Amino acid sequence: MLGILVSIVDGVLVGSVYGLAAMGLTLIWGVMDVINLSHGAMIVAGMFGLFYLVTLGLPAYAALIPVLAAGFAVGVGLYWMSVHRMIGRPPLMSLLATFAVNMVLIGLGTALWGTVLFNVPVSLPGVAWKGYTFTGTHIMAAVATSVIAGLLYLFLYRTRLGKAIRAVAGNREAAELNGIPTTQVLALAFGLGIALACISGALIATLFPFTVLSGTAYQLKSFVVTVLGGLGNPAGALLGGIALGLLEGLLTPFMPVSWTTVIEFGVFVIVLIAFPRGLFGFLRHARSR
Amino acid sequence: MRKLWLAAAAALYLCAGSAFAADDTLTIGFTVSQTGSLNLDSIAQLHGFEMWRDDVNGAGGIKAADKRYKIAFVSYDDQSQGGRVQQLYTRLITEDKAQFLFSPYSSGLVATATVISEQYGKLMMSVGAAEPKTYQLGNKYLFQVYTPADHYLASAIELVKSKNPGAKIALVYSDDPFSKAVAISAREQAKQGGLQIVLDESYPPNQTDFSAIINKIVSSGADTLLGGGHYPDGATLARQLYDQKANLKWVTLLVAPDSPQFASLGGAAEGVSVGSQWAPQVTYKPDFGPTPADFAKRFQAKYNIAAGYHAAGGYAAGLLLQRAIEQAGSIDPEKVAAELNKMNVTTMFGATRFSTDPKSHGLQVAHQMVLLQWQSSNGHLENRVVWPLAAATAPVKFPYR
Repeated sequence: MLGILVSIVDGVLVGSVYGLAAMGLTLIWGVMDVINLSHGAMIVAGMFGLFYLVTLGLPAYAALIPVLAAGFAVGVGLYWMSVHRMIGRPPLMSLLATFAVNMVLIGLGTALWGTVLFNVPVSLPGVAWKGYTFTGTHIMAAVATSVIAGLLYLFLYRTRLGKAIRAVAGNREAAELNGIPTTQVLALAFGLGIALACISGALIATLFPFTVLSGTAYQLKSFVVTVLGGLGNPAGALLGGIALGLLEGLLTPFMPVSWTTVIEFGVFVIVLIAFPRGLFGFLRHARSR
Repeated sequence: MRKLWLAAAAALYLCAGSAFAADDTLTIGFTVSQTGSLNLDSIAQLHGFEMWRDDVNGAGGIKAADKRYKIAFVSYDDQSQGGRVQQLYTRLITEDKAQFLFSPYSSGLVATATVISEQYGKLMMSVGAAEPKTYQLGNKYLFQVYTPADHYLASAIELVKSKNPGAKIALVYSDDPFSKAVAISAREQAKQGGLQIVLDESYPPNQTDFSAIINKIVSSGADTLLGGGHYPDGATLARQLYDQKANLKWVTLLVAPDSPQFASLGGAAEGVSVGSQWAPQVTYKPDFGPTPADFAKRFQAKYNIAAGYHAAGGYAAGLLLQRAIEQAGSIDPEKVAAELNKMNVTTMFGATRFSTDPKSHGLQVAHQMVLLQWQSSNGHLENRVVWPLAAATAPVKFPYR
């Protein structure tokens, strides 16, 4: 029983980081209808960013800020290079454009670093309880995720820029008629989405060692989380991540770990069929009726 | 004008001359996982191949009867994918005309490559592949350099039994052919040793988060962890074991702790052990070729990294093929295979003999493994031989941390 409880708490802690990773993906989708397939590569970029900043002597959690800033700058650059011309075109175009960016980045990364495992040595005291340990890094990652999610909420709902992003997401033409420079807002939203991917990658790097190829697993999880939370809904993504972690935590004490992925993707398909707005999107829609 | 034609004819003759010289080149084909999850170990193996080739070519080539053959490699990136291996080995044989083959790295990829090499009757030195099933399919031209997977955890189980006869074992392993083969034998060996397996669980090879598995280990009451898979998952598991402080007395993981890179985990590496095909400290007296110490020293100088068993295995594969060609006095695959069947030698990699039983032809039956443990000395981590006691270079540290 104790093991199950510990597994659930651990699942929720890690799930919140999955949620953060998915928030970037869902924000980009919600604002510009682009499924960003370079999301995994950007998570890895965040991991490497943290690794090199820590190697330079910066404390791991202080290094999150430059990773966030660099992620934003890279995201804005990437928007102008590969996404801008695809806005308003069939979704397949942007899908292919971001997939190409993903392949280029992974190819470059493999050429530069190979698939050698990188480890960011972060040591924080954990909480020991009857033989089990909740590691300090897991707790810190969950706290950092909550802070970042809170700041994102404040930005989107309390600032003019945030409101502009939401206006563009709601109706781009109407936003433009009201004088909002939508192209710049789209670039800003894309930068923000990439920054979120990078910072989630950096937080994951404080928990587990990683390779150039690690992004794929987290990108897949981000898709599951996004579908659970509802496409285009950042708050739903966070809840979806926590739900996914909870599901993993609940399942693993009762079945081999190999089965959790099967069940996760089973849930993914069921939610996609039964609740195309996502689980939390469906609940919100039902409440508003 | 006539002079011009003569000059052209002379040039053509010279070109043809150099083309004929290519006949004295022996082409060996193989794939390397330059990219993908097996890249680290596969590239170490490639370094072993390359060092052997450079040694042979530096000494004037392989002597077969009255001819000398320089070695040329043709290789491609298999991206750690079985589908690519199948395609590329066909290409190596049919288009690149490779006369002999080295295997790719890992049991799964070798099983795929073997289908092609046997179909075309090409001799393949198998290295980096310990899973024994591939050698029980009636293959004629496949020869295994490594000790089969059955023995990977045998030394660790022996050690645990001697130090902790009431050990409770958690057997946690990657869901790939090699690790599953190791686990099957480990179950049997633990049972024979009277040790109890309290948790028996596999995980997907691309597993990145082991928190849930470690919680299960704690819940099971295990004090010994045996398992792992390849480098990425093994190193991640070691790091998380360190972070989550699972109450264990002994940890032996497959493959990962044998890599010099494992030391980058710092404190998480300390005390972790690995069944190894080879270590630079072994004291084999080779019948031919370099000594282990000489190989290790020259490898370090050439690549600026310590030699692990993947590199040593790669070098040994070349050395054994070379020996068979020299003994056969021919590059005819049938004659070379016959020499490999007769072979009973010791190299820098250890003893080598291949099974000639048709049910397990080519399976390695003489090579033995050692158990290495990462130990700290003056704040510096070193991988030391701790088992069997006869080969130990340092006393075992038990409990491991």
